[in-house]
Amino acid sequence: MSSFISFLINGISLGSVYAIIALGYTMVYGIAKMLNFAHGDIIMVGGYVVFVATSMYGLPGWLAIICSIVVCTVLGMTIERIAYKPLRGASSLSVLITAIGVSYFLQNAALIIFGADTKSFNSVVNLPSIKLMGGKIVISDETLVTILTCVLVMVLLTTFINKTKTGQAMLAVSADKGAATLMGINVNRTIAITFAIGSGLAAIAGVLLCSSYPVLSSTTGSMPGIKAFTAAVFGGIGSIPGAMIGGILLGIIENLSKAYISSQLSDPIVFGILIILLLFKPSGLMGKQIQEKV
Amino acid sequence: MKKWRLVAVAAMAAMTMAACGSSAEETTAAATEAAEEAADAESAETEAAAEAEAADGATWIFGGTGPTTGDTAIYGNAVKNGAQIAVDEINEAGGINGYQIQWLFEDDEAGTETAVNAYNALKDQGIQAFIGTTTSGSCMAVVAETETDNMFQITPSGTTADITIPDNVWRMCFSDPAQGTKSAEFIDTHELATKIGVIYDSSDTYSTGIYENFAAEAQARGLEIVATEAFTSENKTDFRTQLQKIQDAGAELVFLPFYYTEASLVLRQANEMGYAPKFFGCDGMDGILTLPDFDTSLAEGLMLLTPFAADATDDLTVNFVTKYQEQFGEVPNQFAADAYDCVYVMKQAIEAAGATPDMSVSDLCDAMCAEMVNVSYDGLTGAGIQFTEDGEPNKDPKAVVIENGAYVLMD
Repeated sequence: MSSFISFLINGISLGSVYAIIALGYTMVYGIAKMLNFAHGDIIMVGGYVVFVATSMYGLPGWLAIICSIVVCTVLGMTIERIAYKPLRGASSLSVLITAIGVSYFLQNAALIIFGADTKSFNSVVNLPSIKLMGGKIVISDETLVTILTCVLVMVLLTTFINKTKTGQAMLAVSADKGAATLMGINVNRTIAITFAIGSGLAAIAGVLLCSSYPVLSSTTGSMPGIKAFTAAVFGGIGSIPGAMIGGILLGIIENLSKAYISSQLSDPIVFGILIILLLFKPSGLMGKQIQEKV
Repeated sequence: MKKWRLVAVAAMAAMTMAACGSSAEETTAAATEAAEEAADAESAETEAAAEAEAADGATWIFGGTGPTTGDTAIYGNAVKNGAQIAVDEINEAGGINGYQIQWLFEDDEAGTETAVNAYNALKDQGIQAFIGTTTSGSCMAVVAETETDNMFQITPSGTTADITIPDNVWRMCFSDPAQGTKSAEFIDTHELATKIGVIYDSSDTYSTGIYENFAAEAQARGLEIVATEAFTSENKTDFRTQLQKIQDAGAELVFLPFYYTEASLVLRQANEMGYAPKFFGCDGMDGILTLPDFDTSLAEGLMLLTPFAADATDDLTVNFVTKYQEQFGEVPNQFAADAYDCVYVMKQAIEAAGATPDMSVSDLCDAMCAEMVNVSYDGLTGAGIQFTEDGEPNKDPKAVVIENGAYVLMD
């Protein structure tokens, strides 16, 4: 029983990281209708910024996190401005290919700057871990902070979208870009803000990911990025609660299948479940059923 | 319009060539050979000079390659320096069969084409036997060349099993499969544990090879493997679930046959869980203490199979470490020790064969290979080192344990 609870908590912790990354995917998709495949690599950049700030400049953890968020936000907006905005009218396939290009660009830039060797990451979370049931269940400080951060991000994001003018503008652009323009909403500005928020979240995800699993290389973000994208599709891409639920479910399924079925087969099982789900609910768990006009 | 078509055709031709790797390689090889011939013609003078020197006072010319630049430069430099110490010692004591040794070393950047080029450059300088290469991948490429030339080759540190398939190639370190067998042997003879858990990288041949041989040997020796967990290169950051299962299965020792980067995560996550079994690794674990920003206290008590411990107190090791530190200003690692032993093993084989430097490369190789199986040598990396006909070394496994942030030899 105590083992099961440990597996479950590990799964929720992993899933929380997926959820935060998936939020970035889902927001950008919901509003700009594009798959930002470079999102996973922004996580990696976020990790490297914290690494440089703490290991090379000796900054305290909280300041390093702020630096990381600022750098990633600026980076995300710059990428949007340079690589995606000129393609606003182009076919979605062109934008997708551009996103993959940006992803490789970021990975190789990191490879040139930081080299191929894996960096060991110092966790920025330094709290005592929690022991339950006489030490049988240990919840590490990183796990706890990851789960709490995930909940907090979710609450803040929902409030932001429902209560602020900018948030309402995002909803409007997401619903109908053309009509939103006619209503006087600055679509370009709204999309830029979406990228800024998504990239800021990626920075937070990067810090949490690297704190829980403290290694850092140029490909650190790619696999979590793909998993989080899966989570976003699982929950219904474009839906914010969907990304959250999809991420956490994915983490739990992955960890439990690793624990009770096979440590080698966990990935095939995760993707197998995704395929089955999409067969029955093509728009994901919480996705909206939209009739596409052909 | 016509111009464009020409360009397109040329581009397509280039792509076709790049696409079929083997033909491209052949082209490269042909180009290299052509270049060599040109170089030969150019350097005829230099070669004549070298030959004249050989006729006067003939010398042995041994060559070696390894990365002396790039990420793995530490390995290549160690081989270069370790062999240099052995060569100096032998020369001081009168050489091999009365002939002095010349030691040449080329940088191969741990690449395949670069290693073949480095080997060809050494051949141009007239090497008679080859110590190398340092890394496994480049070794596989050079083996194909030395087999054609029938050049005697001994690798100090290439661990891939297939390297020693040709008759002219020998190995000083343990191969990947042998590391698994030897690890199980060490754990059993030192009674470290009876219940063992294993985590291995199922997407990596090095790790899988060691694990399979370890499991077979452990079973033969009556060691109980209570849990076997795997991970893949896509999933190599979270080991908590695997560790939890191994802990639940009651393992006293966890065998970790993979590289130190992932191992550092395993150690850290086990520590967070409050799980403290014995940990045992292979040569891929060597380097964990120098991983930047790694808390070395987590590695305290970690054991790893390695042929050489610089803190050993036998005369041979003390002598080698002192000389190495004087000459190169650092503590030698296992690569340096393996290279040192390679030179002495070659000396024994040449002496037993009664060979002289005026023999052709191929004759020398045959003579040495015939004697290699009779070699018995007490070296830095083991006492009574012998070789099987397959080219593999037969020596007792040694292991070190990490105490107070340093490797200490286990008895």
